[in-house]
Amino acid sequence: MSTMKLSIGPIQYFWERERVLDFYQQAADSAAEIVYLGEVICSKRRLVKFEDWLAIGNELKQSGKDVILSSLTLLEAASEMSSLKKLCRNESFIVEANDISAVQLLSAAGKDFVTGPSFNIYNGRSLQLLARKGLKRWVLPVELGLETLKDLQGLRPEGVETEVFALGRLPLAYSARCYTARSHNLPKDDCQFKCIEYPDGRMLETQEDQEFLVLNGIQTQSALTHQVLDQLPELKALGVDVLRISPQHSHTMQIIEIFDAARKGAELEPLGKELLGMLPLGACNGYLVEQAGMDYGSEVSHDTQQTA
Amino acid sequence: MELVCPAGNLPSLKAAVDNGADAVYVGFKDDTNARHFAGLNFTERTFEKAVRYAQDKGRKVFVAINTFPQPNGFQRWKAAVDQAAGYGVNALIMADIGVLDYARERWPDLRLHLSVQASVTSAEGIRFYHENFGIRRVVLPRVLSVSQVAHVITESPVPVEVFGFGSLCVMVEGRCLLSSYATGRSPNTYGACSPASHVRWEETGDGTNTRLNGVLIDHYGEGEKAGYPTLCKGRFQVGDNTFYALEEPTSLNTLSILPELRKIGVSAIKVEGRQRSPAYVGQVTGVMRAAIDQCMKDPHGYHPKDQWMKKLATVSEGSQTTLGAYHRPWQ
Repeated sequence: MSTMKLSIGPIQYFWERERVLDFYQQAADSAAEIVYLGEVICSKRRLVKFEDWLAIGNELKQSGKDVILSSLTLLEAASEMSSLKKLCRNESFIVEANDISAVQLLSAAGKDFVTGPSFNIYNGRSLQLLARKGLKRWVLPVELGLETLKDLQGLRPEGVETEVFALGRLPLAYSARCYTARSHNLPKDDCQFKCIEYPDGRMLETQEDQEFLVLNGIQTQSALTHQVLDQLPELKALGVDVLRISPQHSHTMQIIEIFDAARKGAELEPLGKELLGMLPLGACNGYLVEQAGMDYGSEVSHDTQQTA
Repeated sequence: MELVCPAGNLPSLKAAVDNGADAVYVGFKDDTNARHFAGLNFTERTFEKAVRYAQDKGRKVFVAINTFPQPNGFQRWKAAVDQAAGYGVNALIMADIGVLDYARERWPDLRLHLSVQASVTSAEGIRFYHENFGIRRVVLPRVLSVSQVAHVITESPVPVEVFGFGSLCVMVEGRCLLSSYATGRSPNTYGACSPASHVRWEETGDGTNTRLNGVLIDHYGEGEKAGYPTLCKGRFQVGDNTFYALEEPTSLNTLSILPELRKIGVSAIKVEGRQRSPAYVGQVTGVMRAAIDQCMKDPHGYHPKDQWMKKLATVSEGSQTTLGAYHRPWQ
């Protein structure tokens, strides 16, 4: 069985331009084989423009990386559709479709594509139809677990790779409303780019101070970082091709080193301990083991009255 | 504009039909639809009666089969499609690519509508479902402004249905996992958001706590009316403020913009609420019927009547309503 590849997912947050450029310089020297580039959350974030992404992509390609351009997840304005069309017309890189619009544009143009973690593929028939349209790799929706993954791997068409969201705050929801702006009492049309102040998202706590969710512009994420290090042997056994590391503001390159060591067979327990120290808050992995997404390991949340 | 109303049981369906719904949408008693609640929805026997009652009066019946099956449950979704088709319903409302593919192959003449759960916000996206499955209508998510809806309608290959009244999802439907993050069950996988099985109401010394799988969604002081802990409608802390960080408990109400919706070419108006009572369905259907008739007869002179607004306010979440994303400043 071949070694699983590592990918760096698109940056979910709004970072300073210099930080982004610096991040991809480091990525070029990392153990990750695949790098996803582009703005997937908010079309108003334009410190790094389309041409810049192409330039970054070309440099990464020269460093031997497999580069994919990721599309916006929630399309609303006509201008966003124009940008998507431009992205899908590019001749240099494959596109990760984060919305059905991108799938339509790419398949109509006869181009291969990848689908991202917020694109709904829940069963074999969906996978097979999309494969006929040009799907070459798909990311398992983050709320699905190992049991379903096992079934889907059995139904997976020839020539389609499976990627699993392996580390990062979970992308949970998207809205017309910008929650970061709202948390500053600002309307979306005058957001003042407040999200740049929160390079790992802005914390939302319950009234009991439980750190629960993270606001990232129009996106809502988990406060805890989903991480699948403990399940690496199972994922490998199920024939998963790619593990995705979703960028966080600090330690992403060290995290890639940890996953690199783990996939090559290093002992997981010490790596897991090291990893925990690098996460902004704490870890969860419930989705993968068919529990609530916020659960972790054996610490299953209580209060569940199982009904038929 | 066609008026499409919800029914979670036979009395609600009758209330919808008797108060002027052009079409009623229903679901079966399992996780194949996005209102999978205990005590709700139709068995085969009540379903047959429902179809007959509506169709005898010249109204349409749509069946929502709009969740996302995993491989081990796929058979249940096929059975739901076959059952609905077998009773001659007017359309299926669907979201999953695999289930759409099955329905199209097995029942090529059956009318298919794209559910809001398919999360499609652009004409390009609609084209995918039109070209591959021949969908004949699309229901748009509640994330677009009126001008954005207008733009989609101009380019869409099929007619467009939008939400006109009811509980408001503030997240784009079909891609919201907040509920499964907290409970393991989401609209996509289980057909319910913030499921009742995980809800706990807790009296405290100074009021009531509402919890979802242990997570405190809201705290209500003495005398404050406690609401159902829908995850996105609780009060949370961000920075130094405790507030409705995502959305207030409020309902969507489009009475004030019906002439605009007509003008931009909306084909159907949908009322949310299969989980609500027959009284709710009857009341909302009656008001929406009167409003749409008035709007079609005299769009320029149309003005929402006070009594309509009052009636709808009484059945709204938190007794308040909003235009939601249709109105740009809300965003």
